[in-house]
Parts: sequence; structure tokens; C-alpha cells
Amino acid sequence: MTDTDNQTFRKPVTQRRQSQVMLSRVANSLYWMSRYIERAENVARMLDVNLQLMLDFAHLDDNQLKEHWIPVLNSAGDQETFFKLYDRAGSETVTEFLTFRAENPNSILSCIFAARENARQVRDQISMEMFEALNECYLFLRSRNAREVWSTGAHEFFEQIKKSSHLFQGLTDATFTRNEGYEFINLGKYLERADKTTRILDIKYHILLPSVADVGGAVDTAQWRAVLRSASALEAYRRFHVEDIIPKKVAEFLIFSTTFPRSIRFCLQRLDTELHRLSGREKGDYGSPGEKAFGKMLSDLNFLTVNEILDRGLHQFLQEIQTILDQLDDHIYLEYMYHPPVDLEAEIFLQQQQMQQQ
Amino acid sequence: MLFDRYETGDYFDEMFDGNGGVRDHYHLVSERLNGIDRAEHLRKQTAVDLAFMRSGVTFTVYNDDQGTERIFPFDLVPRVIPDAEWTRIEAGLIQRITALNLFLHDIYHDQKILKERVIPPHYILGAKHFRREFMGFNVPKDIYVHICGTDLIRDREGTYLVLEDNLRCPSGASYMLENRAALKRAFPDLYRSAQVRPVDTYASDLRKVLQYVSPPSLGGGSQPNVVLLTPGVFNSAYFEHAFLARQMGIPIVEGRDLVVRDARVYMRTISGLVPVDMIYRRIDDDYLDPTVFRPDSLLGVPGLVNAYRSGNVSLANSIGTGVADDKVVYYFVPKIIKYYLGEDPILSNVGTFLASEPEDRVFILENLEKLVVKSANEAGGYGMLMGPWATKGEISEFREQVRANPRNFIAQHPVSLSRHPTWCRGDGDAAGDGFEGRHVDLRPYILYGEKVTVSPGGLTRVALRKGSLVVNSSQGGGSKDTWVLQSR
Repeated sequence: MTDTDNQTFRKPVTQRRQSQVMLSRVANSLYWMSRYIERAENVARMLDVNLQLMLDFAHLDDNQLKEHWIPVLNSAGDQETFFKLYDRAGSETVTEFLTFRAENPNSILSCIFAARENARQVRDQISMEMFEALNECYLFLRSRNAREVWSTGAHEFFEQIKKSSHLFQGLTDATFTRNEGYEFINLGKYLERADKTTRILDIKYHILLPSVADVGGAVDTAQWRAVLRSASALEAYRRFHVEDIIPKKVAEFLIFSTTFPRSIRFCLQRLDTELHRLSGREKGDYGSPGEKAFGKMLSDLNFLTVNEILDRGLHQFLQEIQTILDQLDDHIYLEYMYHPPVDLEAEIFLQQQQMQQQ
Repeated sequence: MLFDRYETGDYFDEMFDGNGGVRDHYHLVSERLNGIDRAEHLRKQTAVDLAFMRSGVTFTVYNDDQGTERIFPFDLVPRVIPDAEWTRIEAGLIQRITALNLFLHDIYHDQKILKERVIPPHYILGAKHFRREFMGFNVPKDIYVHICGTDLIRDREGTYLVLEDNLRCPSGASYMLENRAALKRAFPDLYRSAQVRPVDTYASDLRKVLQYVSPPSLGGGSQPNVVLLTPGVFNSAYFEHAFLARQMGIPIVEGRDLVVRDARVYMRTISGLVPVDMIYRRIDDDYLDPTVFRPDSLLGVPGLVNAYRSGNVSLANSIGTGVADDKVVYYFVPKIIKYYLGEDPILSNVGTFLASEPEDRVFILENLEKLVVKSANEAGGYGMLMGPWATKGEISEFREQVRANPRNFIAQHPVSLSRHPTWCRGDGDAAGDGFEGRHVDLRPYILYGEKVTVSPGGLTRVALRKGSLVVNSSQGGGSKDTWVLQSR
């Protein structure tokens, strides 16, 4: 190989165990399959909770509705695409947009389709059971029945999506070999989950801010209860804090818990384990700048208190985490999945030259 | 009671003899089927269809904006072949692939068969799939065709005939395996008592063949690194590619996952570039390497052919095998067998006329409405004229084509394919459901490694449309499990 070739093609990753050879494309598909499932589940739970929350606020006018739904919309999709399709942001439009619209790449439908397409790419790698679970969810969404279930009882619909995700993740645990593939699946799952928990917290932070007068009131408690339920954390919170729902404690629980599997810290600790397994580095040792920033955030979470974060500004802190997760996503891509693209014409030319030299 | 309206018609029926009696080897099957009613059969059939859909045992339909995946319809009634009959088929297939392999070696080396005018040279040298670039090239262990799917049919007398050889990338083996699994679930007791020869070693047999023809491992491992090369997830046979790769425990790769450096093939992994030794390719020659063949192909790997020539990687099947399943060459296969093996063919061809032979051409052009005309290099039931069923327009269109390019066409007398009881839905009326005769063919899979083995059975395809003779999945075909009974 010439020197230029070495620059064009990634060198082998250092120190890692060579148990099995995994294609970069396969790693990429496993990672995104896992992220999309987790994303679909989170969107389903968030919509379910918010729809139920709205039942208690039947008297809202258009503006209040908009105030409620826009942050939800922002956390799971983008406003621009939404307003190209709809005039008003209300329960029905936002829910439809986040559930069924193919134009929204983060709708439940788009997520499940994308997860399934990724799974199809790696059918030889995942277990039959995993593929079947995902495929069944896909076939359900493609069927006419799906719309019917959704319009007659949205709750049952979202329940079904959540169950599919749980089934899939449970089957992954029960049937997938513990190899690099498992690490990529976990990276996808925990990265997506951490990101979504920051967004769930952030939504309510926005909503609650302007209504300081309500703090401690019935509305406030209902809202924070919804935050917990959006992260499937209400019961866990209650067991942990046998007292009323206090916003600061809720934030603390969702950020710092080391035992609740959807808290930000819990997810980052899992990510840390998987990153080290993949890179083969010693604990506490980080490679690229993206990995280092991640390590720094994890240790912040290990040492900061909720008061310090609130002083700093919760919203800002959550955004910082989101940025770091984006950088980590870049790191994973560049380190394990990216190979410089081959320019077909140049490659053909190169190969023809090599043939003539022989 | 499911057979109460069954008619064998003027065909060879696999299950019933000319007097309506059940053939010996179908006794168990017929007994079991007579023991269930319409509702139960429907229940079983629905369960199988659902299971196929759920586990994604599907093929992709082209020319459909949604890229729809459909299941390859599976009919629950197994096709049964008695042991003695199978022994003869097996011997015939082994004879055929052995001769074709010698033929390929010859035409890419000394061309004795052409020099001795057993086959007029222009038929081979001008064949679309003849790869003159590989003249004098030695393939590993002298094996050209590692995987072959040969289509067999039976005529009105029940004689097995070879309809065509598929020597490039024959597909369907996964359906043979999935059909067997489905049938075992639907009729476990019947399957057990019938004493059927198992087919499920196919994947491990295939892996052994691939390892056998692989060059020594470049990566230095004790086992060669074998991969399956697929055109990708949008290919209609993608399910099969993933299925076989999983069964063999080898990676499935696309062209973009591979790169060639210094005439060696590497795959792009999370640990950098890892050498590849053996490629089971499910991509046709034309698309393998844009450097050598079609420059616009995005499916292949630039430099792959050079790596192959250098002996650093093996391909199954070898490049250039397509010349032997050209339908014009098919005409010569009986002569090929005689020439290389000195034997008479055990399995006969369907009587065939070559449009490029002046006498045959006159006959073909005068009898188009009675003949089946086929393009020499098409597969999947495309490029065909079924004379007796064709419109005047289609016939005159083919007349022009045959005149313009005779080398590209052959013609055959239509064979009235044997029929097999098949579950057919009535016209929207459940009481109309029942068994009717439908035409079938048979594709056994032949593997050529250290020795030649034939899968006991294969894929029985069935033309589900009433009266249709076209069994291809893309054109309304379904399939059946195929039972070869153990010798008693």
C-alpha cells in the first residue's frame, strides 16, 4: 500500500479485541435501529401523557393550546415542517404530525419504518425473534387497522407502540450475542434515551416558567406528574421520595438517579461502559475531543448538585448535555462507521493502472 | 371430502393415476388431507401465510411504487417423490453438472469441443455470457459451477425433462428450507410418519463447498473469511441472501462494504480493513466490477476481477458460467454429456429448435402459434412467447424479432406440465374452496465441492393461476414443500 492509501483508508482501531469482524455498515444499522425504536417509544409516551393531561384542561383557547403543544412539538420534531402542513397547533394536529406523518422524519411511523429498514439491512446479524417483533409493529402501522385503533382510542395505540419497543428491547437482551453489535445497540438506546429525557424535562421547564404564581398549585403538580410519567418515572419517583411531587426533586431524580434506568446520569454511565468496551481503553481514559467532553459531563453529573444546576440555569444545562450527546454521536460515527467515500471514477482509474502494472 | 370435485384432466397428475386412484407414495398424504375439513385447512393455510409475513419471508415486487414485499405463496400439500424415482433424477443431475463443468473448462482452455465441431464455434464465441477475458484462466480446483439450480418438468407421460439449467446465481433455496419448516409446523404428525429425507443441511453443505474452493486465508486465520455479496436490501431476493448468510454464519456484504487494494479484497469494518478470501456472490457477472464490466454499476467492487485473477479471492459461481445456461447451448447439452462423459443423458431435454439453423428457423416461423419461443438469455419467465395462448399481435412481434436476431431465440413444443392438487380459493365463496390441479415444476439444488451433492427434493413451484404454465414468483407462482421419501 502507498502512503496516500493509508491516508485514504482508516487504520485499524487500537487495542480492541478482535473477537469478530463487524462491518462498519452493520454497526451503523444496529445503532440506528436501536435509536429509532427508542425514539418511537419516547414519542409515544410523551404524546400519550400530554393527551391525557389535556383532558384536565378542557377549557383552553387556541393560544393556550398552542402554548402547550409547541414545546412538545419542538422536543420531537420541528415547527417549520409542522406549519407547512397545518395551520394550528392543537391536540389533534400535533398528535397526528408526531404519529403518522411521513413528512416528519421523527414521527412514530417514520421511526418504526426506519428501524425496520435498518433491521432488514442486518437481518443476518439480529435474532429472528427481534426481527419478527419489529416487523409485526411495522405491519401493524402499515395496516388500515392502525389508524382505526388510533382514532378510537389513542391510548391503546400508544400502548401498543410502547409494548413493541419493550418487547424488542427485552428480546435483544434475551437473544442477542454479547459482541460489538450489542455495544452499538446499547449506545443507540442510551444515547437516544438520555437525549429524550433532557427534552422531556426541558418542555415542562418552559411551560412552568411563566406561571410562577401557580407554583405549588394543583396545575403545577399535574404538570410535574406528567413530566415524570413522560419518562415512565412516576412510580419510581414515589418510591424514592415518599412525599409530594416537588419540582426540584423531580429534576434531581431525572438528572441524577443512579438506579432509575431513564435518568440522564444512568444513561451516561451505561454509555461510558459501552464506549470503553468498544475502544478497549482503561476506565477514565478518553480518546477524541467528543469522547473527552462526554467524560467531563459524566463527572459533572457525578459531582454537581441540583442546586448548582438550577443556579447555572436548568435549560442551559440541558442544552449542554444535548450538544455533548450530538458530539458523541459524531465520535461514534467517525471512529467506527465512517470510511472515506470512494470516488467511483478515480477508483476505476486506479484499479486499471494497477492491472496494467502487473 | 376436499377432493370431491377434483379432476385430473388431460394431464399427468402427481397424486392420482389415470383411473383416479391415489398413487402409492401419496397414500399417507391423501389420508391426512381427507381427514380435515375446509375450515381446518383454511385455518392452517392462514396461519402459514401470517407466519411468513411476520417473519418477513418475502420477495420484493418490482414495478410497484411502494416496493411492496409479498410472500411467495406457499401451498400446504406437499409434492412427494418416491425413492427410486429420485435416485434416477439425482444421477441425471450429477451427470449433467459434471459434463457442464468439463464443458466450461474446455471452452475457456483448449476448446476441443469447438475444434471438433461438436458445437459450431460461433454459438459459443458469440454468446452473450462468454467471457473471453478469462480464456486460459484456472479456477480453483477446476470447479466453475458450485451452485446450480436445474429446472425439471414432467410431460404427459410423467417423464422428467430438463427445462433449463441455472448456472449463474440460482435462487430459491431459502424457500425450500422455509417451506419445510412451515410444513413441519402445519402437519407434524404426517411429516413424522411419512419418513421424508431432510433438506436442512443445505446451508452447512454450501458453507463447506465455499470453504473448499477458497484460497488459503489472507488474514492468517485458520478459517478463510467467507462473505455473501448481495446487491442490497432492495433486491427482490434479499430475504434469501440474508437467510443463507445467517444460516451459514457468514457476513452479508454489499459492494460498498468492500474495497480492493493491491489486488486483495478487504471489507470495511469497525476495526479497519479486514481481508476477504471467498465471495459467494449473488450479483451477475456484468455488475461485479465496473473496471471490467459495466462501468455504471454501483453494485460491484472496482478491482474485484483483478483480485480474482490474481488468485487472492475466489468467487462462487465463477465468472463466465452464464455461457452454459444460454438457451442455445442448452440445445447442445445432450451432445456435451456424450462428448465429455461418453454416456447417454439420463435426463432428456425438451425438444428444441434453434432459430439460427436455417431449417429450424423456417419451421419456427411457420409454426409460431404452436410453439413456445424463448430468448436465449432471459430468466424469470420474461422474453417468452407462448404461441398457443398468444395474440396475433404478439406472434407477429416475435416473428420480426426472430427474423432480426435468430441467434437470440430458441423454440420448443409446449410441454403440458404435470399437475398437482393445490388449494384454490373459490370465487369469494368458502364452499367453493378446495383442491384443483395446478401445473408444477421442480428445482433441485446441486452443490459442487469436494463431491457433487443434490438437495433431496428442492423447490416445487406451482402456477397458481388456473391453466397457467408460468411458475415464476414474479408472475403469480407459488411453491410447495417437496418430499423425497427415504428408501425402505
